[in-house]
Amino acid sequence: MSTLRVPVSGEDHTTGTAQAKFVLVEYGDYQCPHCGLAFPFVKKLLKKHTTDLQFVFRNFPLQESHPLAMMAAMAAEAADRQDKFWEMHDMIFKNQKHLSPDAILGFASKLKLNQNQFGKDLRDQALLSKVEADFEGGLRSGVNGTPTFFLNGEQVTSYNETYKSLEALLKEK
Amino acid sequence: MILQKNTPAPDFELYNSPDHKLKLSDFKGKRLILAFYPADWSPVCSDQMSLYNETLRLFHKHNAEVLGISVDSKWCHMAFEENRNLHFPLLADFEPKGAVSKKYGAYNEQEGESLRALFVIDEKGIIQWSHLSPDSVNPGADGILDALEAMDNHKK
Repeated sequence: MSTLRVPVSGEDHTTGTAQAKFVLVEYGDYQCPHCGLAFPFVKKLLKKHTTDLQFVFRNFPLQESHPLAMMAAMAAEAADRQDKFWEMHDMIFKNQKHLSPDAILGFASKLKLNQNQFGKDLRDQALLSKVEADFEGGLRSGVNGTPTFFLNGEQVTSYNETYKSLEALLKEK
Repeated sequence: MILQKNTPAPDFELYNSPDHKLKLSDFKGKRLILAFYPADWSPVCSDQMSLYNETLRLFHKHNAEVLGISVDSKWCHMAFEENRNLHFPLLADFEPKGAVSKKYGAYNEQEGESLRALFVIDEKGIIQWSHLSPDSVNPGADGILDALEAMDNHKK
């Protein structure tokens, strides 16, 4: 079984409880329907585990299959520069079926982001490198599709696209 | 058994498009990743080839090219490449069927298909790493990248 080769750090986007008993890392693609399916499961899990779960999202955009995956990943990173990463993350997944470049710009205005800054950050080389580093780290950890989850550093193989299978992970330990 | 580390890679000359063939010696001075796989269009093969498509940039960083190989015909490969937007060559081990796969020990006689086998070949044509996956398992890119990195370190 594969293990997480890049440890969770301050560079990561994290939510939930810091220093939690359970650290769940997802490698995801904003345009991947399976990630869209997992999105509410993770939300629900975070709601139920308010004290013992930390969630980390890392980018794994499959650009050839999903032409908007990279732009969406960049949009979330750009929103992070204005402290709205998770707001953008949620909005993209909630509107995944209607993603387009215009829709993504619309999310930024809905979140009241500074549009000039957001537009610049969408094309920022440093942010692009960050997304690519996420992708490479995922590959090195054996990620070969999305979503791939790691719980406390071990790749999850029992997730079968149900909330139950995700929740069961936190019960086993 | 598939060919193992330190074995010279057997030569091949196979169609990668309707009117063009590629051979091992075309890649002298480069590293070469050979990805044998059972069949165009099957779900696992599609995922695996799509993943390598996204990983090309990293392979190139290590001076490596990747070739997919299956027993499908050149015309089938062409349609598959177009459909999946693949940016690396697929070779047709079509006539005599599976001849190259057999040389690498990567042929399934019962199914008449290539096995899901990976080979990383160095600049001099020597196999430096090989890996056999079950047909149903996408081996990902981690083993390949680890092998390429080990070769980089060895050179230093």
